[in-house]
Amino acid sequence: MRKIFKVFSMELQQLKEMATQVRRDIVRMVHGAQSGHPGGSLGCSDFLTALYFKVMKHDPAFNMDGIGEDLFFLSNGHISPLLYSVLARSGYFRVEELATFRQLNSRLQGHPATHEHLPGVRIASGSLGQGMSVAVGAALAKKLNKDDRMVYSLHGDGELQEGQNWEAIMFAAHHKVDNLIATIDYNGQQIDGPTEMVMGLGDLRGKFEAFGWTVLDIAEGNNMERVLEGLEEAKALSGKGKPVCILLHTAMGSGVSFMEGTHEWHGIAPNDAQLAQALVELTGATTDY
Amino acid sequence: MLQDFTAQNEKETRAGFGEGIHEAAQKNANVVALTADLAGSLKLNAFIKDFPERFIQVGIAEANMIGIAAGLTIGGKIPYTTTFANFSTSRVYDQIRQSVAYSGKNVKICASHAGLTLGEDGATHQVLEDIGMMKMLPGMTVIVPCDFNQTKAATLAIADYQGPVYLRFGRVKWANFTKADGSDFVIGKAQIMNEGTDVSIIACGHMVWTALEAARALEAKGISCDVINMHTIKPLDEEAIIASLKKTGCVVTAEEHQINGGLGDSVANVASRHCPVPHEYVAVQDTFGESGKPADLLKKYGLTAEHIIAAAERAIQRK
Repeated sequence: MRKIFKVFSMELQQLKEMATQVRRDIVRMVHGAQSGHPGGSLGCSDFLTALYFKVMKHDPAFNMDGIGEDLFFLSNGHISPLLYSVLARSGYFRVEELATFRQLNSRLQGHPATHEHLPGVRIASGSLGQGMSVAVGAALAKKLNKDDRMVYSLHGDGELQEGQNWEAIMFAAHHKVDNLIATIDYNGQQIDGPTEMVMGLGDLRGKFEAFGWTVLDIAEGNNMERVLEGLEEAKALSGKGKPVCILLHTAMGSGVSFMEGTHEWHGIAPNDAQLAQALVELTGATTDY
Repeated sequence: MLQDFTAQNEKETRAGFGEGIHEAAQKNANVVALTADLAGSLKLNAFIKDFPERFIQVGIAEANMIGIAAGLTIGGKIPYTTTFANFSTSRVYDQIRQSVAYSGKNVKICASHAGLTLGEDGATHQVLEDIGMMKMLPGMTVIVPCDFNQTKAATLAIADYQGPVYLRFGRVKWANFTKADGSDFVIGKAQIMNEGTDVSIIACGHMVWTALEAARALEAKGISCDVINMHTIKPLDEEAIIASLKKTGCVVTAEEHQINGGLGDSVANVASRHCPVPHEYVAVQDTFGESGKPADLLKKYGLTAEHIIAAAERAIQRK
């Protein structure tokens, strides 16, 4: 196995502070671009902070093949501000580059892309429903390479309305892809409204289980301790012949009171006053770019 | 004089793919084969027998197959996806666009049963738009080999060629006439089958043999033909096109594809910028195919040697 150059093993308090910093980055990036998707980004901040600063073994020197590393794939690419923030904060590129989000000639495209060679991104996403297949393929490559590291992926709950997911979910169970932990951002919201109104997901746990997956809930997806516990549990459940699904219960817009729990902030940018208020709420971190 | 291209025998181009991927797997441990429930049709039997750990059955889920292939490249694998041409392209266009082409992944999309010669299954399966769709994607290489030997050679060559590739071949037994060792095939380099002065005939896939038959008949009438096998539609060998068109002053393109978006349009694009000449298309005329025997379909939809001969005569008259 390759050497991992940097060990990410933040303690709980540091992780909480990092999640706040990441949230500040998100609202500032979306404000700066006056476009982007703050809602889901904020909601998954605790989860991705836990992954990148505690759970995953990964190398910010970045090698596309990621052999010997844990890999993460973002399928719901519109929450790119979150991905960019954790990548920059863990050293894949300079934090100052976050200011170029969605600008012309930037590596930080509206949706994540490999085309501009941004370190840390291994696949383009944005057109929904494709990331589960890609994560499954990367997990198969790890098995072929006898690489015992894990593949993590994140998907929107509304995204599960795309049929390709269920092709991949069926495949992963059939082929015993047990080095994959796929997490569903179960916030119950999508662009046009609550998922149960737009296109109900029904018994999501039952659906995954019926397809042959091991499923666990993280009931408090915006509580860092619970997120860490859930991820440890998921790791313990991996390697047993079944892929693992985490139903991560989050609040869209978590951490910014006026954005929280509503689809209204799925894809709009805060104005100056709203940004100021958001930053007042997100106190404790002071390393803004 | 027209070179003497003799068909050694008739073989399916897809069988050339089957032999090619088996040999590619012997040479390169990273070669992986995926299929969407069409392993037999794509002639993967030998591969599966000798490399079972590198064969991935996806079931009838082509979108998933493309995504998995993209993921496999992360980790250094060289995945070959296999299904019919229609399910390799139009069914999964967005998956190819985002997860393969835009992401620059080293996926080899291998598509059998392309064109009218698929035959009896009819228009649902006879994709005639795939060359156009695939060549429009930035960074995509598009290869349409002409016979068994060349399909095998192309299948081997793409393993060592970095980047996404669309490899298109067919179902039927067809004349096999290029070199058995594949030494006459180079990705991106047009194969000059015959040198002539009166008309250029540029063809791809099955239609290359048809073009040679037409050239033979035209020579008997005293018409001298440049015949080019344009097996690589993208990147296109523009120099070969320009040189030929400047010499002959007119061109016929022949392809088992729609008149819109295929080889003909690629040639016309080059000609319009560098050497506009009269151009006749032998292609399907903006219509869907139908069930029938391959030979009958080619005749009905205007893709025979007789059609190429008539097109050449029209092109020469327009000079």
